[in-house]
Order: sequence, then structure tokens, then C-alpha cells
Amino acid sequence: MAGVLVLEQALNGLQFGLMLFLLAAGLTLVFGVMDMINLAHGSLYMVGAFLAAWLVGLTGSFTLGVIGAVALTFAFGMALEAGLLRTLYARDHLSQVLATFALILILNDGTKMVFGNDLPLSAPAALAGPVELLPGLQYPAYRLLILVVGLALAVLLWLLVQKTRLGALVRAGASNRTMATAMGTDIPRLFTVVFGIGAALCAVAGALLGPLLAVQVGMGENILILAFVVIVIGGIGSIRGALVGAILVGAVDTLGRTLLQHVLREFLPPQWASAAGPAFASIAVYVFMAIVLAVRPQGLFPARG
Amino acid sequence: MPTRPSLSAVAAALVAASALSLAAAPAAAHDKVKIGLVSTLSGPSSALGIDIRDGFLLAVKLNGGKLGGLPAEVIVSDDQFKPDVAKQLFEKNIKRDKVDFMTGVVFSNIMLAALPEAYDSKTIYISANAAPSSIAGKDCNPLFFAVSWPNDAYHEAAGQFANQKELKSVYLVAPNYQAGKDSLAGFKRTYKGQVVGENYTKLGQLDYAAELAEIRAAKPQAVYIFLPGGMGINFIKQYVAAGLGKDTTLLLPGFSADQDVINPVGPAMAGLFNTAHWSPDFTNAANQKFVAEFEKEYKRVPTLYASQGYDAAQLIAAAVRDTKGKLEDQAAVLKALRAAKFDSVRGPFKFNTNQYPIQNYYVRTVGSDGKGGLINKSFNEPILKNHGDAYVQSCPMKGG
Repeated sequence: MAGVLVLEQALNGLQFGLMLFLLAAGLTLVFGVMDMINLAHGSLYMVGAFLAAWLVGLTGSFTLGVIGAVALTFAFGMALEAGLLRTLYARDHLSQVLATFALILILNDGTKMVFGNDLPLSAPAALAGPVELLPGLQYPAYRLLILVVGLALAVLLWLLVQKTRLGALVRAGASNRTMATAMGTDIPRLFTVVFGIGAALCAVAGALLGPLLAVQVGMGENILILAFVVIVIGGIGSIRGALVGAILVGAVDTLGRTLLQHVLREFLPPQWASAAGPAFASIAVYVFMAIVLAVRPQGLFPARG
Repeated sequence: MPTRPSLSAVAAALVAASALSLAAAPAAAHDKVKIGLVSTLSGPSSALGIDIRDGFLLAVKLNGGKLGGLPAEVIVSDDQFKPDVAKQLFEKNIKRDKVDFMTGVVFSNIMLAALPEAYDSKTIYISANAAPSSIAGKDCNPLFFAVSWPNDAYHEAAGQFANQKELKSVYLVAPNYQAGKDSLAGFKRTYKGQVVGENYTKLGQLDYAAELAEIRAAKPQAVYIFLPGGMGINFIKQYVAAGLGKDTTLLLPGFSADQDVINPVGPAMAGLFNTAHWSPDFTNAANQKFVAEFEKEYKRVPTLYASQGYDAAQLIAAAVRDTKGKLEDQAAVLKALRAAKFDSVRGPFKFNTNQYPIQNYYVRTVGSDGKGGLINKSFNEPILKNHGDAYVQSCPMKGG
């Protein structure tokens, strides 16, 4: 039975990590390529989730709803970049933080005005139940779908960044923006497209996590902090770093909430373990980040050498 | 709406006001009753405060803008889920607006921060939700009335229900903060079976996959959670998707299975048991009127919070009526409040010596409303009858 529990927790950690990766990938590109701190990245995740919930309700099809939401958020992200965020690149980080924090508040209240405080979004009925992976191991079918989509997108994104011309430009921009501009890259257009892709990935995460979590105003702020932790661990600007960082954060978080509690119960008196366990679990990810930063201050896979 | 006064008008008003204050206490009865309603009206937890406000204002509206015969002025403000903001709003309502009653706060921690403002100025506070154990016991105060339910009560009722269903083993989940620990203590106070696991999760956690795997391994007969707001919504959805619902009974406190949770969770809520002091299907006349009028006015089913806001207004109305509007006689007002002579939507209701309610608690199940939606339906027999709280002995007030 212990083996089954460990396997189930490993799947949980991987699933959580892959969703964090979708958020962190966009964030790390925007931060790495454009040197722009976008606190409103989590709001795009919220916008994507709300659009998905709205479209699923409208079309009656989960697949259509999610695809529509991703397309709309892609367009919304590009419009946001071209219309507003572009003017912030030349400013310092503090101005960017202030402006994008304001954007969080505006998008939160805007979403509330358009859609209300929350929208219902359920997993498709076919995936609502559990699947028996092994005897004694029931795993929610919907979480398996998230795993598959997350892995597929990770591979696709890797191909995009490593094997295409767009990817080469992005990598060039991330490692040396001035040189990339000097070589004739159309940086403004590249930025708009990269921002749109980041927004679309947010929408995928928002739409897929919506049925699992809850589609509500303010959902983006909670997950944004973890996405920042991921890119700091992985190294800013690096897609590979975001993937490794995200999976590590997913694993550490899950282990902290489960295995660590068992270990503490073995070695500490029960009243200490029950007090220390939850406290450790909630800081495990940040302790991990602190260790990584102490050993490698630039993150595991920094884009700038 | 008041028009902007000119400077001379302000001066005249000031002179008049100082003349009034010189003339000792005004002998005439109040010409209106002023109430300060401070609640959480924005942010992820706003659904609760909005329902308290809407329930309260509905009662005023149904009485033709009056409470107990006096025209009612309700000053509504948003505490933004912040204790310091609530404290400032209390001060403003009491010192500048000179309200007769304060009410409305949703969360215990916010209310506890703001209450001293009311106590210091001898302003009566009618709690339409938060009712922490400290104020039920040693910190009880003649100015504080809980027209809702003691914080532990739903959990004690759930523990009793688990006994009744002969559930031998229960796994408990709550956030790692004081209210979480208090709630599970309430459950354990009445529950006689075995607690096979207690999991204190991070406050505000969204994903419960790891905890659900632990529950699966622990194989309890039932799971009881205290996870207010969005935390409960997530837990319930994921619990059902993980297939745990087949072998394990999920018990909930009423606020985790109310309309504001049913709507986002959807069909997964059907058939779940929860405990509360009120249900939309209560057949008493006061409740039938309340539910029908609420749905007509706001186009949604009222929650527990709405019923509590409505009852808070009714309690104030009863006190104004029974003192014939002489609100300056605070001893008489407090006496009338303690008598609580109004038809509560929850049915039988009276105050204990600590001014916390003695009332019945019911088990509810979530079922079809016949229109494609889901709604709570209560069992006929209460699970706890004329139930008070465990702290009343340590309250020095002895009534009267």
C-alpha cells in the first residue's frame, strides 16, 4: 500500500508542477526577454479561466471552450502588450511593478463586472470519475488529462524554442537583447508575439485548472507567487529552467505536505509533529528556493551566461 | 440624499448642535434609528458580506423603510476583509454618524479588532455572523448579541450526526489557524468514534490532491472538513473526482454546503450532508416570506448569511418597537434585545445569559430544486435541540 501512496503522490507532484510550468514559461520569457516584471501574469490565468468557463457554458463543449479561451487570451495578451505594457519597457522595475499591480486590480474588478465573482466550470462528464491505474490506485481521470496536456505542451514549447526561427530569436533576445536588436530583429513584434504565447499558456493552465480549483476573481494572485518561485529557481529567461524548476517545486510541495509529516511523526512526539508538520509544509517550497539561491544565485539554468 | 450645506448652514447647525448638547439628554423619543453595517463586500470572500447586507436591507424594505416603527437609516460600508479598515469604519459610524446599533461583520478576527470601538462608546453590537468562543465565555459583554450561531455549533452538530449514523472512524481536515483548530475541537467534543487522522492544511490552499491521497490510504468511514469559502469548494470537487465519495461519507458544516458553494461546485454537491441552524426549506411563515421575497428581490436563493442579516434587522426592529423608540434608555433597549421577541426565520430562538443563541441545529442534504439546480433540504428532526454553547459557564453575566 505504501508504494501505491508514493506513486499517487508522485503523480500529484508532477501534475502540479506541469501546470506551474505553463504559467512560469510565459513569465520567464517576459521577464527574461523583455526584462519586464509582469505581476499581472496571474490575471491572464484568471482571464483565461473565466473565458473558458463562459465559452464552455455557451458552446456546451469543453474542448471548444478551452480552445476558444486560449485563442481569445492569446489575442487579449497581444492587445495588452501592444496597447499598454509596451510603454513600460523603458521604465525601471518599480514602475513596472506599480503599473502591473494596478492592472491586477483593474482586471479583477473588470472581470467581476463582466462575469461576476465566479463562474461554474466542471470537468467533462466523461472525465469526472477516477481511473484505476493499478490495483488499489484510483487516480482522477481529469488529472491524467492535465498531465498529458502539460507534458505535450512542454515538448511543443521545447521544440518551438530550440528548433524554430522564432525560438532562436527568443533565445537571442533573452541572452543579449542589444545584440539581437543590432542584428536586425524586429524586437517590438517579437515581444508582442512572445507575450501572446505567454498569455495563451496561462489560459491553458487556467482553463485546465478551473474545474479542479475554482474559477473566481483573485485566483491569479495565489499562483503567481509560486510561478515567480519557479522562475527564480530555474533561472530567469530559461524555458528548460522553468520546466525543471516547476517540477521540483511541485515535488517539494507535495513531499512537504505528505512524506515530511510521516517522517516528523516517526521522530518527534505527536504534539510537536502535529504543530511542526503544517508549518514546515507551507514553507518547504521557500526553504528549497533559499537553498537553491544560496548554492546557485543565478538559478539552475540561467539564460544569460 | 443630503445636499451640500453652505458655510453659514454649517455654522447654524453647529450652534444648534451645541445648544442641543447643553439641554441635557433629549427627552423626546428618537425620530429615526441609525444602524452602521460594516461587512466584507469586496474580494474573494465578498459573497458572505453581500448576503448579510442584502438580507438586512430586505427586512428594512419589507417594513416600508422602517424598523420597529421608526424610519431606519442603514449606513453600509466595506471592511475589505481588513481588520484595521473595519476598526476605522466603526469609529466613523459611531463618532461621526452617531449610530444606535452596529452590525454586519463576517469574520471573527475582523470583528474582534473593531469591537473595542463599540464597547468604548457604549454602542450595541448585533453580530450577524461571527460568534467566537471567547465572547461566549470570559469576554462576554452586555453590549454584544450574537443573532447567528456560536462558532463551534455546526461542528458539534456534525459530530453528533456522525454518532447517529454510527460512523466508526473519521478523518478531519481544517486550515492551520486558530478557527480551524477550534472547529475540529467542536467536532471532537460531540463525536464518540475514532479520529483516524487530522490534517491541518495551509490557509487558502487550492489543491488537495496530496491530502486526498492520505485520506485514501487512511481508509476512514467519513471525512469532516472545516474549509470556509474557496477552500471548501476545491476540496469537495477534488474529493468527488478522486472517487473517494464511493466508500467514504463526506460531512460538511452548513456554510461549506450553502448556495455560494453549490453554484461553483455544481452537481458534485448532490447528496452531501451538512449541519446548520437554518435552511431555505423551513416551513415557518417568517421563513417562507423571507425566502420568497429574497428570491424576488435579488433573483437568487438566500444563504445562511442572508438569513442572519435578515434576523439581525428583525431583532433590532423588535427592540425599537418594545421600547417605543426610546433608544436613549439603553437599559431598556438591552432588556428588549435579550427578550428577542420576533419571529426568527430559523424557528424557535432565544438568548442564553451570555447573549449567544439557544436554538436547534439540523442536518441538511443537497438535493434537486426541481428547476435543474440544487438546494439544501433539512431533516425534520433537529440533530441538536435547544443547544447553547460550551463556554457560557465562564461568562460572568447572569441575565436579567
